Amino acid sequence: MRRAVLFGLALLMLALPAGTSAQEPKTSIEFPPGVPLVRQGFYLYSQNCASCHGDRGEGVVPPDIQEAPGPSTAMGPALAGVGAGAADFYLRTGYMPLEKAGDQPTRNPNFFDDHEIDALIAYVASLGPGLPIPDPHPENGDPSEGLALFREHCAGCHQIVAQGGYVTGAIPPPLGRSTPVQIAEAVRIGPFVMPRFSEKRISDSELDSLIAYVQYAKSPNDAGGWSIGHVGPVPEGMVTWFLAATVLVGTCVLIGKRLRR
Amino acid sequence: MSRARDWFVSAAVLVLGRGKKRPRGPERERIVPLEPPSPRAELAVVGLLFAAALFAVAFIVVYALDRLPHQTQLLGVALGLSLACLAAAFIVVAKRLVPEEQLEEDYTVAHPAASDEIAQLVDESSDRLTRKRLIVVAAGAAGSALGLAAITPALSLGPALDPSVLRRTPWEAGRRLVDQRGRPLRADDIEFKTFYTAFPERADREEMGAPLVVVRLDPAALALPQGRDGWAPAGILAYSKICTHAGCAVALFRTPLFPPAEPKPALVCPCHYSTFDPAAGGAVLFGPAGRPLPQLPLRIGYGGVLEAAGNFSGPVGPAWWGVRMGEAT
Repeated sequence: MRRAVLFGLALLMLALPAGTSAQEPKTSIEFPPGVPLVRQGFYLYSQNCASCHGDRGEGVVPPDIQEAPGPSTAMGPALAGVGAGAADFYLRTGYMPLEKAGDQPTRNPNFFDDHEIDALIAYVASLGPGLPIPDPHPENGDPSEGLALFREHCAGCHQIVAQGGYVTGAIPPPLGRSTPVQIAEAVRIGPFVMPRFSEKRISDSELDSLIAYVQYAKSPNDAGGWSIGHVGPVPEGMVTWFLAATVLVGTCVLIGKRLRR
Repeated sequence: MSRARDWFVSAAVLVLGRGKKRPRGPERERIVPLEPPSPRAELAVVGLLFAAALFAVAFIVVYALDRLPHQTQLLGVALGLSLACLAAAFIVVAKRLVPEEQLEEDYTVAHPAASDEIAQLVDESSDRLTRKRLIVVAAGAAGSALGLAAITPALSLGPALDPSVLRRTPWEAGRRLVDQRGRPLRADDIEFKTFYTAFPERADREEMGAPLVVVRLDPAALALPQGRDGWAPAGILAYSKICTHAGCAVALFRTPLFPPAEPKPALVCPCHYSTFDPAAGGAVLFGPAGRPLPQLPLRIGYGGVLEAAGNFSGPVGPAWWGVRMGEAT
């Protein structure tokens, strides 16, 4: 039966014109009561994820694509062992499903509803032991310790008040909409080109502090008044040159005029 | 001996002597009204010019000593005061010694009478000066001292004396790598897909050559330049953390989660996005950096602790790597 489903799925994929987004196949279905969550997840997985991640989460890498027909952009990492934490992160941020393999995943409205995500997480978690969904407690953290950690590990890319930035080949996202759980997951997973930090690098209690700081940075206390977008020296320099310098020149002109009289 | 006396006498004449009125041929009617000499203003000008020369010399001296605290500030003060004295001397000359006048004239036709008049004007303008030669000497001293001060820093373009101090860094064979808190970095603890900042054990961390960025890659994926065999034990690589473009800290490590479809691992500088390939000896992949990131040869020492196996593969940072050692002259 399962083979038949997969065969049908393969046929469906063949029928899809190249370039069609992976988001088409989603089919909502009312599962009869009693169907285990994992089974529901497998069904959704086969419909929406298998083209890139493999029929059984074994991943699709370029050599495999050479043999199999279909759009060459359909490739993705193996999911066995990534754990519920990774599935939770990618699905609840809307990072997955991805339009095209190799694109940077970006924050989107969730493609699946909460129940479907739970089912998919259960299926991915069943593939092998991996990162559980973390349970951070930022309220126990120390934002000042978090700032030190953030400066050391994160600010190079995400900017010191987590406004996001640039790396060649990727765009580190701003963290304004990240929930504490998502921040904890990202630190442990290292999505896209982000490094990952194990408990040896950043312990769970340090992670609490880190998250406490990111939460603080969502609305920092701008003691100086004008934040100028919290994006650092370039706009601050522009304000200096275009506003302060103009005022100075204007003052000079005024002084000159008064003297001439 | 008599030569020294001659020098002394001429100096005394220069300082004390006052010019006499030169006969100016047939007496003509003055255009510039004759004003009485102003010895105090002249003295002030001479003093200011010599002060300018003195401060310019001070700049050269401070530059040459090179080991003073607050050297940069002293250099700025010396040069600034020199220029200020020069400006003050010019102001005194203009306000107190030389009459100021503006003339407008067409120069379309040659006008011998008018040019004579201008020559006379210029000539008479300096009539109030009694120590013209001294002022010229003082101005010459100020000018040449300032000129010397301006070209002194050019000495720094090349290693004038002993270039080996410029190549010194805290790293040498056997120096262990420690983290921010001073704990030794063990090879087994270095994980893939993350980056570490390391410092030399028991050495100044503020040195340009001190900080390292340490990453671990699959040894099979490495393509290090020739002659770097064994520099990356177990795939662990150490590079200078100072960007070779403008000296920022290379604080970004790009590391793909799914290598087939994502950008390859790279060390990126957040200032101008110079991007270096850690698998290829720090070669520049992108950005304004002109040189590869210098690699530090590593070896695994006693107790599995990472230690340096020598000095860097090239100059650290955007300038000479020893510039902050305080020893370069």
